[in-house]
Amino acid sequence: MTRATITPAAPTQFSRVMGLGAVRGELVVTNDDIAGPIDSSDEWIRQRTGIVTRRRAPGDVDVIDLSEQAAREAIENAGLSPADIDVVILSTVTWFHQTPAGAAVLADRLGATPAAAFDISAACAGYTYGIGQADALVRSGNARHVLVVGAEKMSDFIDPTDRTISFLLGDGAGAVVVGPSDFPGIGPTVWGSDGSRSQAVRQTHSWQEYKADPELPWPTLRQDGPSVFKWASFQMGPVAQRALDAAGLRADQIQAFVPHQANMRIIDQIVKQLGLPETVAVGRDIADTGNTSAASIPLAIERLVREEQVSSGDLVLQIGFGGGLVYAAQVIVLP
Amino acid sequence: MAYTESEILEGLAEIVSEETGLPADSVQLDKSFTDDLDIDSLSMMTIVTLAEEKFSVRIPDDEVKNLATVGDAVSFIAGAQA
Repeated sequence: MTRATITPAAPTQFSRVMGLGAVRGELVVTNDDIAGPIDSSDEWIRQRTGIVTRRRAPGDVDVIDLSEQAAREAIENAGLSPADIDVVILSTVTWFHQTPAGAAVLADRLGATPAAAFDISAACAGYTYGIGQADALVRSGNARHVLVVGAEKMSDFIDPTDRTISFLLGDGAGAVVVGPSDFPGIGPTVWGSDGSRSQAVRQTHSWQEYKADPELPWPTLRQDGPSVFKWASFQMGPVAQRALDAAGLRADQIQAFVPHQANMRIIDQIVKQLGLPETVAVGRDIADTGNTSAASIPLAIERLVREEQVSSGDLVLQIGFGGGLVYAAQVIVLP
Repeated sequence: MAYTESEILEGLAEIVSEETGLPADSVQLDKSFTDDLDIDSLSMMTIVTLAEEKFSVRIPDDEVKNLATVGDAVSFIAGAQA
């Protein structure tokens, strides 16, 4: 007797980003607003990070609220309705539930039920991890329209007296819909991790430790700033170059480079490492928005579009990198 | 072939000059990276990375805080050469 065989999903050749949405926290927080508790100054923060203001959301806004706004905009810009979405991927490290996944709550809020829904924990690389997964899901035939959201309310996770990372952080959400395409709209994803450096960007203590010791403060983030700077500045350039190579492109053939908005000096150093020509627009949204972790790349792209530095059809090299350590890069065609 | 300490100083001075805009001859063995050359921790990491490449040595991140002066860095690089 011969065994029956499985009929696999019917693959589709190409995928593309179909629509983009973005939202920033509504509060504008200046360097002077936060310099006191870290014994710093506007000048020091600007010189060290390039940040002039960061955007933060009020206390009653959570990561799903931010996600919903960005997602609705992305779905509308894609010319779709929530019912057309069959997978929702939420990349976040600031949804404070072990279960359910924020993506399931978001899918219901949007009216995208019964879309498959799951969260990604890849910190500042979460958005580009999500794009890699959405691209694979669409091309494999396991999904038709995937909503990818990078959203963070980092202000729930900061210590005002912390000099390592808190003063960089902002809140926001960026979303895209990835769907089938008649041209290649997303290049191969070059990604990886280095868990041997898991403490380079870290939570001060675990939830278990917090539960066990009532004296412990609410967990917040810390980083080994110079060490992370060195890793990001000098190891992410080669990763971005590999993503370009994998897409069969040269630096002078793309229109924009959008790295994770961690620190302006990291952005400058990666641009230098890549040897990008001046014709390539560079995402520098960090100056006004701060570091919004998984949201930073789509927010920076939205800004380049709004400022007419890029337009539909342009090729954008994007790279996310952060706590894990983790990283992911790919080239996309702008919708 | 190992670099001599004077070759390391010369190469390091070029790297510091490139990163900071300071004249290379201001980079002397007794100069403090922070107090005399006004180099912050991020620029220091850039200098360390470029020095690692130039002299084919590994300078662990944890070691960088011990490199207070140019002389400290020159000695470490000289000792770290294979």
